[in-house]
Amino acid sequence: MATTSTKNSIEVKGLKKNFKDLKVLEGLDLTVPKGKMLALLGPNGAGKTTTVRILSTLLKPTGGNAYVEGFDVVKDSRKVRSLIGLTGQYAAIDEYLTGEENIIMMGRLYHLGLEESTRRAKKLLEQFDLVDAGKRIAKTYSGGMKRRLDLALSLVATPPVLFLDEPTTGLDPRSRIAMWNVIERLMKDGATILLTTQYLEEADKLADRIAVIDHGRVIVEGTADELKAKVGSDRLELVFSRPEDADKALKINGSGSIVEQDDRHVLVIPIEGGVEDVKKILDTVSGANIAIESMSIQKPTLDDVFLRLTGHAATLEQAESAKS
Amino acid sequence: MNDTLLSIPKEENAKHHSAFVSGFSDSFVLIQRSLRHIFRNMDQLLSIVMQPIMFMLLFRYVFGGAIDTGGTSYVNFLVAGILIQTAAFGATTTSLSVATDVQRGIIDRLKSLPILSSAVLTGHVVADLVRNVLSSIVMIIVALFIDFRPVASFTDWLMILGLLLLFTFAFSWLSAVIGLLAKSVEAVQWFGFVLVFPLTFASAAFVPTETMPKYLRIFAENQPVTHVIEAMRALMVGTPLGNHGWATLIWCLAIIAICIPLAAHLFRNKVSK
Repeated sequence: MATTSTKNSIEVKGLKKNFKDLKVLEGLDLTVPKGKMLALLGPNGAGKTTTVRILSTLLKPTGGNAYVEGFDVVKDSRKVRSLIGLTGQYAAIDEYLTGEENIIMMGRLYHLGLEESTRRAKKLLEQFDLVDAGKRIAKTYSGGMKRRLDLALSLVATPPVLFLDEPTTGLDPRSRIAMWNVIERLMKDGATILLTTQYLEEADKLADRIAVIDHGRVIVEGTADELKAKVGSDRLELVFSRPEDADKALKINGSGSIVEQDDRHVLVIPIEGGVEDVKKILDTVSGANIAIESMSIQKPTLDDVFLRLTGHAATLEQAESAKS
Repeated sequence: MNDTLLSIPKEENAKHHSAFVSGFSDSFVLIQRSLRHIFRNMDQLLSIVMQPIMFMLLFRYVFGGAIDTGGTSYVNFLVAGILIQTAAFGATTTSLSVATDVQRGIIDRLKSLPILSSAVLTGHVVADLVRNVLSSIVMIIVALFIDFRPVASFTDWLMILGLLLLFTFAFSWLSAVIGLLAKSVEAVQWFGFVLVFPLTFASAAFVPTETMPKYLRIFAENQPVTHVIEAMRALMVGTPLGNHGWATLIWCLAIIAICIPLAAHLFRNKVSK
């Protein structure tokens, strides 16, 4: 038993993976404390899925070490498999079986017995809002329902460690929020989760800590706030038709910077205090009788993160080549 | 009433059985899964049964009259051939099922479980066996309506069933290997066709091999499909058995001996893309 620190459920040290000449992971380090969620944030092709596949024993690393609950993912792979649940990028469900049959099958493959598996299927279908759909074959499900069933399948044996590989990619906003709610409940129940995502917003909302990866390495790790401090927070953008208005507004507000866009004059103000902050700024500016033509709030995106941290945009060649 | 998602303590999970017992129960669960597929996928089932019946009628009434099969009537000659052709195409269902599992990520999911995950292949192979027995029964009934007159005894029929199962088993494992090698579901369909088409048509399925050109005839007379057909034909309608029974046994066991370990090896190294 290769035990490292027991308070960390996931430990990754210097992980390397090559596919022939292509270096996907080049010395990745990660730790996820027990009961916490780490979001692995990065563009397509950064190595997120490869990391998850090594941790879930599907791929063997070229170098480095990875432990789940202290067990080596290569040497103790069978033990690791009994401790993890995996939800991949695609809904890995059997489309010719009903939702209920899918869950029961998984339960029985975990050797829970028919009776216990049936009981858990009933409960999971309730919790994932699939009771009515449970008796229909999964082929008829919507994208969001398939993903929910997929997540339910990875929870049948109540594993303490979960890998969620882009669980919301391709979902409509409503299904995405439903998925977030389920993930938040899992957190509350004490699961250790490694989530991968391309959306800064998702990582921000769900995770305790965020690791940004690029070219198979972690380039920065921290809490969402720490990351935002590096990247910059939400920005309020006020558009004025006359340049003197923009100058006046800047003077009154005291912070921000003026950007000239075509023939418009934009005052960009970083906002730290959320809605209250925005309200205060708008009150101050309009209270001084300055005409605001329009306004918008810009959230930092993955692109902003990448531009700041790496100097290149996230949507460059890697994203393009990985898409098709 | 506990409402949390992860409420059950870990210790209750996974009662520990011996590797043998759990391997057996994993296989059982996955066989049950594949058997469900047979009747949930009606389009596939219909095409597997209808297509050979149309072939049988085509050869019986359109081509058959022009083919000289010596002392045996053409329909009596034909049935063994068409049954094995159907079984060979039926066995390629395994490669489709395996490729679909790879494409959908189901293989990844099963491989991340603490189970004998290659049991998923066994499941698909067993489904082929069941499907082929069903389609053979339907075909023999149809054949009886178009003047097929077998002379087989009860024991002969049991041996015919045995041949059918052995041949399907061997070809389904071969098919599993193809399913694991192929890059996509579409490639599998093409690959299965390219393999099975020459084996079933360049054989003794529809015509006696005597009329074929020399090299084709050498191929046709020594490949496994011809041996199975001739053995089955001998049992059904009393043509000479020769060494076809033994040749069938050797071919099938050789295919099985190569393909099961090969499939297991490919499976271990396979991840969904």
